[in-house]
Amino acid sequence: MTTLRLLWTFFRVGVMGETQYRVNFAIQFFQSLLGLATALAGLAVVFSYTDTLGGWGPNEIVALVGVYILVGGVIGLVIQPSMQRLIESVQEGTLDFTLTKPEEAQLLVSIQDVDIWEALDIVLGACTLGVALARLGERVGLLQAAAFGATLLAGGIIVYSFWLILASLSFWFLRVENILVIFQSVYEAGRWPVSIYPGWLRFGLTLVVPVAFAVTVPAEALTGRLDWQTALAAAGLAALLLAVSRLVWRVGLRRYSGASA
Amino acid sequence: MMGLAGLYAAQFRTSLATMFQYRAALVIWLISQVLDPVIYLIVWSTVAVAGGGSVGGYTSGDFAAYFLLLTVVNHLTYTWIMWEYEYRVRGGTLSAALLRPVHPIHADIADNLSSKVVSTPGILLATLILGVIFRPTFHFAGWTVAAFVPAVALAFFVRFFVEWTLALASFWTTRVNAINQMYFVATLFLSGQLAPLSLLPPAVRTVAAILPFRWMVSFPIELLQGNLTPRQTLTGFAAQAVWIGLGLLFLRLAWRAGVRVYSAVSG
Repeated sequence: MTTLRLLWTFFRVGVMGETQYRVNFAIQFFQSLLGLATALAGLAVVFSYTDTLGGWGPNEIVALVGVYILVGGVIGLVIQPSMQRLIESVQEGTLDFTLTKPEEAQLLVSIQDVDIWEALDIVLGACTLGVALARLGERVGLLQAAAFGATLLAGGIIVYSFWLILASLSFWFLRVENILVIFQSVYEAGRWPVSIYPGWLRFGLTLVVPVAFAVTVPAEALTGRLDWQTALAAAGLAALLLAVSRLVWRVGLRRYSGASA
Repeated sequence: MMGLAGLYAAQFRTSLATMFQYRAALVIWLISQVLDPVIYLIVWSTVAVAGGGSVGGYTSGDFAAYFLLLTVVNHLTYTWIMWEYEYRVRGGTLSAALLRPVHPIHADIADNLSSKVVSTPGILLATLILGVIFRPTFHFAGWTVAAFVPAVALAFFVRFFVEWTLALASFWTTRVNAINQMYFVATLFLSGQLAPLSLLPPAVRTVAAILPFRWMVSFPIELLQGNLTPRQTLTGFAAQAVWIGLGLLFLRLAWRAGVRVYSAVSG
């Protein structure tokens, strides 16, 4: 509950900060639409030469792209800006201010910065997903919807924990932001089902950079491809990474000593 | 002329020193440069295999060759100037460059080339490793290899002048991100980054050939892979020459008008 209340507060601060620049809305909207149009046009080119890609039909891949944009929106809305802020504040010593606040520090650093325009991507991704599902004509049963929600949540937790671990490395190393750049470019690979990639790359996208769990697995749940082993693995990995990231954060925090600020 | 050579030499030295400072950043940047073509390589190979071995005249080996060459050519002709200009104008660092006696584009060309001296071996190594994995089929001929070198050099200048001119949009607006994104979408489809141009609809191909996009990236690869006759190759060189000329013309016009509206706040 506290989490939601705080997140809402930070979101409001973000809105207040950004609504001074109203033209930004039109421009961001345009950029989000352009991103979606590019993805769909790319798919159109590929599917003019084939009917299925790695066993996925065109509408199913559009659904996957919807999940991709949606999850990307969630990452961009709060995870990425907050983690970038965390790295900066460790380097500059301004983490002191966060630590003195009465709320749990991990919670605060995880939602401290909200890039409200990314909410557009969440909406756009959800719309794309909706249109794709409608065109598939399959009725998404209660079970599939529940599996989708659960795997999406697990994927979100996995991505969040992954970012927190990377960002916490800044307690030990300088210039961690470079690693974050890798995540962004590797995330691009999630736009296609991971089943098309060769084994070594699929392994990397599943366990080194967990794009598969963030995008492909929820999309599998929606299109009725999910087997229970994968679902279980997603839940297990989410729990494991959440615990590991908490540990890394706490050990790192013990090393932190703000000399400036 | 001597003065300009000295300037290039000095810029080379400082750029190289900076590049070696940030080795880790370089490796990470290499990964992100290689990843995109590899994804499309895999997508198109999958399509080729599903289509019974080849699609649109490309086997998966041809796709591998195409996208590995694309990685190299794209890297050699790549510029980051459109991202950088906004900072220069907004932060006012352009003021210092304006005080110098030579046109600021020289420093940018030297900076770009020297950074490539450092990064190209990395790209070649990565391409080699990927070549072992994806088994490309090359169709080189003696004359195409010889013609490839000037084709890439001309492609570099076409792209450099076009992107340098577009970067000047920062003089008029601080919201160049949207412009940049539109341009990058155009390069994705029209310069052959998403797929070989011959797989795109005829209308798109025509647009790519009229605008500079085909001549910036796709043309050297088509040439090297033996897709072009000597006559088509000569036409290509002519198109590159025309776009270098037009690029320079637009660049001069935009630069003159832009510097007039430029007023630094800080710096």
